[in-house]
Amino acid sequence: MDYFVNVTLTGLTQGMIYSAFALALVLIWRSTRIVNFAQGSMAAATTFIALALIQAGQSYWVALIVALLSGFLLGAVVERVIIRPVEGGPELNAVIVTLGLFVAIQALIAIVFGSSFQSFPTPFGVRGFEVGGSTIPLTPTSLYVIGSVLITMALLVALFRFTRIGLAMRASAFSQEVARLLGVKVGGMLTLGWGLAAVVGSLSGLLIAGGGFVYPAYMDSLIVFGFVAAIIGGLDSPVGAIVGGLILGLALSYVNGYVERGSALVSVAALVILIVVLLVRPGGLFSSTTARRA
Amino acid sequence: MSDLQSPASAAGKATDEAPTESTAGANAPSATAKAGRSFLPQSTLPRHLLVLALSAVFAVVLLEVSSPYQNSQIATLSYYAIAAGGLTVLTGMNGQISLGHGALMAAGAYTTALFLDADEPLPLPLILLASVVVATAVGALVGVAAARLHGPYLAGATLALAVGLPGLAIYFHDIFGGEQGMRVRAPQAPDAFESFIETVSGNAASSTKWLAYVGVICLLITYFFLANLVRSRIGRTWRAVRDQEVAAELAGINLGAWRVLAFVVSAAAAGLAGGVLAIVVRLAAPSGFTLVLSLALLTAIVIGGLGSLLGALLGSALLVFLPPFVTNLGADFGLNGTEAAQLAPFVYGVVLIVAMIFAPAGFVGTIRLRRMTAKAKRASAAQAKAAGSNGG
Amino acid sequence: MTAIAAATVASTLAACGGGDDGGGSSSAEGGENEASDTGVTADSIKLGAHYPLTGVAAPGYSEIPTGVKAYFDCLNQEGGVYGRDIEFIFKDDAYNPSQTSQVTNELVLEEEIFAMMSGLGTPTHSAVVDFLNDEGVPDLFVSSGSLMWGDDPETYPMSFGWQTDYESEGKIIGEYIANEFPDAKVGLFLQDDDFGEDGESGIRQYIDDQIVAAERYTPGNTNVGPQIAALKAAGADFVVGFNVPSYTALSQLTALQLGYDPQWFYSNVGSDPNLVGGLLNRFSEGKVTDAALLDGALTTGYLPTVDMTDNPWITEFSRIWDECGGEGELTNYRVYGMSQAYTMTQALQAAGQNPTREGLVEAVEAVGSEWEGPVFAPFRYSEDSHMGTSGMTIERVVGNGSEEVQPVRITDIGDAEIEEFGGEAATPPANAIPDEEAYEG
Repeated sequence: MDYFVNVTLTGLTQGMIYSAFALALVLIWRSTRIVNFAQGSMAAATTFIALALIQAGQSYWVALIVALLSGFLLGAVVERVIIRPVEGGPELNAVIVTLGLFVAIQALIAIVFGSSFQSFPTPFGVRGFEVGGSTIPLTPTSLYVIGSVLITMALLVALFRFTRIGLAMRASAFSQEVARLLGVKVGGMLTLGWGLAAVVGSLSGLLIAGGGFVYPAYMDSLIVFGFVAAIIGGLDSPVGAIVGGLILGLALSYVNGYVERGSALVSVAALVILIVVLLVRPGGLFSSTTARRA
Repeated sequence: MSDLQSPASAAGKATDEAPTESTAGANAPSATAKAGRSFLPQSTLPRHLLVLALSAVFAVVLLEVSSPYQNSQIATLSYYAIAAGGLTVLTGMNGQISLGHGALMAAGAYTTALFLDADEPLPLPLILLASVVVATAVGALVGVAAARLHGPYLAGATLALAVGLPGLAIYFHDIFGGEQGMRVRAPQAPDAFESFIETVSGNAASSTKWLAYVGVICLLITYFFLANLVRSRIGRTWRAVRDQEVAAELAGINLGAWRVLAFVVSAAAAGLAGGVLAIVVRLAAPSGFTLVLSLALLTAIVIGGLGSLLGALLGSALLVFLPPFVTNLGADFGLNGTEAAQLAPFVYGVVLIVAMIFAPAGFVGTIRLRRMTAKAKRASAAQAKAAGSNGG
Repeated sequence: MTAIAAATVASTLAACGGGDDGGGSSSAEGGENEASDTGVTADSIKLGAHYPLTGVAAPGYSEIPTGVKAYFDCLNQEGGVYGRDIEFIFKDDAYNPSQTSQVTNELVLEEEIFAMMSGLGTPTHSAVVDFLNDEGVPDLFVSSGSLMWGDDPETYPMSFGWQTDYESEGKIIGEYIANEFPDAKVGLFLQDDDFGEDGESGIRQYIDDQIVAAERYTPGNTNVGPQIAALKAAGADFVVGFNVPSYTALSQLTALQLGYDPQWFYSNVGSDPNLVGGLLNRFSEGKVTDAALLDGALTTGYLPTVDMTDNPWITEFSRIWDECGGEGELTNYRVYGMSQAYTMTQALQAAGQNPTREGLVEAVEAVGSEWEGPVFAPFRYSEDSHMGTSGMTIERVVGNGSEEVQPVRITDIGDAEIEEFGGEAATPPANAIPDEEAYEG
């Protein structure tokens, strides 16, 4: 029972991080119908900026704020300069551009910050809470992770539902021509969307880094699992992203914890889950639109 | 098509429309459409046979004048090019994005490693054929699952494949050697090879040279098959499925089946590439089939020109010969060893971005587009002249 | 190839008549330097190596080549070996066997090295050992304790180990636990390859019945939560780890999260307190500092460590590092590198004035077991065994250093008994440059 609680808690915490990353992907997909394969390395870049600040003596919180701000800037600039030229065109082009961005940013991180493994601090303790005499793997850090993701999601929901800008962004995503006719600056909304998504991505990058090692490719597994989570939930659905992330986090944790030598099977498990979901619902669990032809 | 859109409305979503410009490299006209002036035979098969023979001669010359290290680079080039050839057919001609061909190469490599591990290994051609068969089987499975998926969903599924399949090798570590992988005993060159090299050039017939020859032979065979496929009815059907789904379906083409076929063909090529990789690198380990490999293949075919075999070859050459060049350049600029080594992927990423924004048809495709545009301009100028002179 | 070898051996014998002043001085009297084999010219010898300069195994191990290079740079200043400069080229393989294959290819075919030395890593070097032996390239002093480089000279005649092998280390550890902690429930934390397997087979020879769990990790997957949790669930109160340094840090951190506090015993390759402390100290501001977590852990040793400031070898190596080294301090990994370079110098001197690849290998087999150096116990080189040094101490980590709890005991692979080592520690020669005679086989 103890062990089960351990494994479940680990899975939930991991799942929250996948959800955050998946949410960033969904945000971008809904506004520009592009999957941003570079989301992970963009997040890694901002994490390394934060690390540099921490190494220079700044507190974790200052570094966090700077990282999120630089994430926003990075996302906005990338959309305006690199993505805009391929937005009107076929999907293939956009996919390849973001893949190129992924590779380039990761290499740039290695050149500027070095490739060695460095430890990244967390502002809260890493010792598990004592519950009923034994220690559970819920640490103050994991509470921080869960908390920040929930707060971010709540803020995003509030933004989209209750503000004018949120309304404008949803309009631009839903029907560009109509939004333009109503005076919405569509281009600006897209840039804003990418900026916000990048902030969410940066947050997930920082959360997963805390209390562990960072190196230029440390986000790679998160990219894959976050993407799988987004697809499981349906790329159009933010709720799907969250649900997909939690499902994946829990499932992978159970595989890791209960299957003999399960750590080798984790990525296979993700693949199997993905294939099963897509076979049953090719658009993801929460997809509603059917394919549009020509 | 694209110059009718005003720049202001370019911002917005990526569309589902067919990537006709970026896959221009695939639109080489088939043999019957070319009128006259070529010295090569008209119909496809004899022409390809002639090109094959010429390429073989050229390859032998190249291998004999280059150093042992360059021979090993050519061996590396050959397995990249084989996989890239299959991938360019899949993505360029059929429009399916696959980020998972590294995993299919792994399937071929491990098959070869297992067969060569036996005390009395089968002859090499049979072993490589086995790798092709295994990879084809895996490709068929994946292809069936992938046929219903589009765009990013397909990319995501193949991404999960690329990351997941090597995990199986780690799990079944007794058979596959786990993270350490399986060492591959490179097959010995037959005596006929040594006498061949002696008569041709007098160089030493080292095992490195033999492996380079094996790679090049496999490359030539693969490209011969693929080129014939591309120019055939099958190739035309693939393009129809890519460009005009609805029309193709109305014409009675079963979209799913043709998509699976394209996937299977590209998987077969990847399997052969994996087998060659296993014997050239002398190792089949999960670390050799990372996501980076799949991305590198994609880079190669995009830069070369989607859908063009020549483009795949050029892109692979870039993949093999550019990193040392860029790394040395970096070292000259004062970067230390490991930093300079990261310069190559950085340059790749930048080149990918720039290429897709400014020249999405890649190297070969852009040249073909220019040629066709020039031809069209000449034709319309001639027409206008004729019309002008008639009109008086 | 053999004709050239015979000719050079003959000319070397003729030249040897004049006698040598040893390697550290200027060119020998009687006989000239020739380009006697690939990678050898009249005034240089080219050596190559591969290391994880990036990636999960880089912490610590990436410093080894800086030590090797510093030693050779100072050696070259003093005249090199037979007046030849040692050129040391090392490349990054990121602890990734496929990349090891590629860089070794470059070293052998493009750089045309005379010999490889100090190739690092069990999974990585095992990918290239066949290639090196097929090509006839001497593969000396592999930086790994796997049995593969030494227990089968018929299959791998060119390869030689250097450090105490993992099986012998496991045996010494097992004997120690059986004697000092006979009631402990022992768990194993192993890297999932030959490194972990060899260590495990050594330990099981002595305490098989005390082992309650054996968990494996894959280098590259940095989540070791399940493994540590399993060790805790099995009730292990004593954990022996055969792992690389990053995983020492990870296992410590994970254990902290789970509130698990057994007696730790880390294999030598993963136990440097400075390094591990450095990796851990940033994790939780103020709550985990330096090597505090590692204090009290046990480990083994076969070389002097930097905290032994009165040790004459450490004094010499510090001097060499100050004069010829790069950035940073002298660390245990740099000491390791310098010690390997010392042994390599002995080997090159023994190979004679005009060394050949075959000659180098023969010399190590013939006289290597007599060499003295910074390692505590002698090498086991002979025609039948290419295994490295045979003994280890047991140490307890105290702060950034260690204290000895068991003196050097020596053993060998298989059923060989463990014995006390009666010899004394060697003192370094002048300038820490050896002076071996050329072996004339």
